[in-house]
Amino acid sequence: MAANTEAPALRPFPTIPALTPGAMAELKPHVAADKIQEAIGFPGKIGDDWQARALGRMGELLNSYRSLKVYMDACVHCGACTDKCHYFIGTGDPKNMPVARQELMRSVYRRYFSVAGRLVPQLVGARDLTREVLDEWYTYFNQCSECRRCSVFCPYGIDTAEVTMAAREILDAVGYGQKYSNEIIGKVHRIGNNLGLPGPALEDTLTGLEEDVKEDTGVDVRFPLDAEGAEVLLVTPSADFFAEPHVDSLIGYAKVFHAAGISWTLSSKASEAGNFGMFIGNYEQLRKIALRVREAALELGVKRIVVGECGHAWRVAYSFWNTLTGIGAGADDPFAVQLQRQLDPRYKQPAHICEVTWDLIRQGALRFDKEANDHRVITFHDSCNVARASRMGDTPGGQFEIPRQIIRAVANRFVEMDPGTTREKTFCCGGGGGLLTDELIDLRVKGALPRMEALQRVVDKHGVNFMATICAICKAQFTKVLPYYGFKMGLVGGVHQLVSTAIRLDASS
Amino acid sequence: MSAAAFFAILFNVAALTLVVGLGVRIADYARTPAPLKIPTTPAPATPAGVAWRMFREVAFFESLFKGNLWLWGLGWLFHVSLALVLLRHLRYFTEPVWGWVALIQPFGIYAGLAMLAGLGGLWLRRLAVERIRYISTPSDHLMLILLILIAGSGLLLKFVAHTDIVGVKIFCLGLLHFDWQPLPADGLLYLHLGLVAALAIIFPFSKLLHAPGVFFSPSRNQADNPREARHLAPWAARLERE
Repeated sequence: MAANTEAPALRPFPTIPALTPGAMAELKPHVAADKIQEAIGFPGKIGDDWQARALGRMGELLNSYRSLKVYMDACVHCGACTDKCHYFIGTGDPKNMPVARQELMRSVYRRYFSVAGRLVPQLVGARDLTREVLDEWYTYFNQCSECRRCSVFCPYGIDTAEVTMAAREILDAVGYGQKYSNEIIGKVHRIGNNLGLPGPALEDTLTGLEEDVKEDTGVDVRFPLDAEGAEVLLVTPSADFFAEPHVDSLIGYAKVFHAAGISWTLSSKASEAGNFGMFIGNYEQLRKIALRVREAALELGVKRIVVGECGHAWRVAYSFWNTLTGIGAGADDPFAVQLQRQLDPRYKQPAHICEVTWDLIRQGALRFDKEANDHRVITFHDSCNVARASRMGDTPGGQFEIPRQIIRAVANRFVEMDPGTTREKTFCCGGGGGLLTDELIDLRVKGALPRMEALQRVVDKHGVNFMATICAICKAQFTKVLPYYGFKMGLVGGVHQLVSTAIRLDASS
Repeated sequence: MSAAAFFAILFNVAALTLVVGLGVRIADYARTPAPLKIPTTPAPATPAGVAWRMFREVAFFESLFKGNLWLWGLGWLFHVSLALVLLRHLRYFTEPVWGWVALIQPFGIYAGLAMLAGLGGLWLRRLAVERIRYISTPSDHLMLILLILIAGSGLLLKFVAHTDIVGVKIFCLGLLHFDWQPLPADGLLYLHLGLVAALAIIFPFSKLLHAPGVFFSPSRNQADNPREARHLAPWAARLERE
């Protein structure tokens, strides 16, 4: 399959594709084996009672999540979302239109949970939950990257990500889980991070990085691990430890802390910022994975918690950590207060590494040789979870401004892509939401189309040769997908990779 | 049973269904917790900001405006016209007629025409655009037909086949005071009233729930302040005590 995957042609004037029913009907990710399922508390296989189980779980979710309940009722089929999904644009499969994807669940909701669907199912598009329908859920709810672009344009704010998460939770509850996400969740619990990098290997990697930076710059920049009493706990996606180009951003964070004289540490217990519990819509997993960070923070006695360049991790950290773990402020319950008393209230908790760097730049604590980035013509790809599900700084939209301000502070040549493809309207890289797995490469390549078209235009017009982003999944996805479109894989990199190139390490002394 | 008695009973049933049905749905939405902070960002950080965002959404369809100008134009035209038409109809339920209701009468009449135009455009779009045709269920078409028939019959009663409007008003006021009065014998009027009652009965069981739903949509009604205040649903708080 992967060998035959070809990128769709870039269109000079993007138009809405005609429908190609069934275009992606055959593409589905590997199903999780029973061991993977059972390791994280889900049934190993689909049992005979799957339908009752699925409807039972659906009923529970409808009563636990207002979002799901309202979104099941409120859609009027207006179609505002139909041309907004990158997977629809890239594939033309009508079931990749957000409303049609939601309808896979809504049709079942109507049949079993609404008066009209019980009385006149055909009239309102209600369907029985058959095995075919369940398989269709597995296929198409694993073709959504939960990027929320559709929710920007919906007059009721209906967020397909919420529906996808609920569907995956129901699928897991009947023993029909997705291998890639569920295997990774098992690894986080067993080893501490998504990539399965054990503590000693992590220590070796960090020592190696210290040597590399010393060789490169002549400066002793430290990469501390499990350092008790450090000021800052940095939680970053594990890809930052050895994947390219991720590691260059990790070096950037270390240089920032070094130059500003801030003591910091990584944690072997919380050696992963990513939280795939969100992708599968399972609150218990989401919470359990997040609690590792709380425990590490309490053990190490840190005053600040900072998150590295990772899109969905920042969503979980910014939007959910206070709820799940008490990392934040403003709580009055003992569970959260225990941690919030330890954290320094003068800083935002948690903070994004870009917020930290930008604050230091504004204070004049960092200095740069901007010319060092002159070989780069840079553009910025907003990552979906950062753009539409989080914030940075004090004002709405800070998540757009702060990374751009940093780039302008460390480099001279920066251009924007088409405004219809950036900020809140940004397109997903095509690999988010638990879809960054090889067997979905066809979908991932096609889903990248709108971003690749916008990129091609700034490459042609301005000679862009560096697309900066602040997400580990974006970086991994683009590294893989760019060559399909004739770009070099090195065209993508991190914002702190740019910081790393330009920062003066003698500034603080 | 006389037509007047039939319609009097029908309207009582319809009003009861609408109020109770909507009440049950709204109570259900309000009771269901929203365990996580999920505003679609950038989002306002304060309750006042959220109220302003919601106002823009409800009054101007801001998100739809970003999404599709044609759809926004037709949808907004229809909804604003419908609102004016409904307000205009207050004259049949108030005695003496309130001043501002008297004032908007002419606008209400034009709004009736605009409403029909908006509905026609929406239906045309549903039929003509491949993507929208694909996602349409029979009920989507029927809902538009119902609204078009209501608007059309209303306009016919106004412009073509005048009904005994004084008699209609006596009937309406009677409904309000549970003092049933005769209804003028007029087939077109029966059609108009019957369809309006049908719409009211269907409302709480259909996609018309988008009207209360938008106010309960967490992606629109939550403030973006998760770092400043701890947000915890009751069922999620229970996990902490385990």
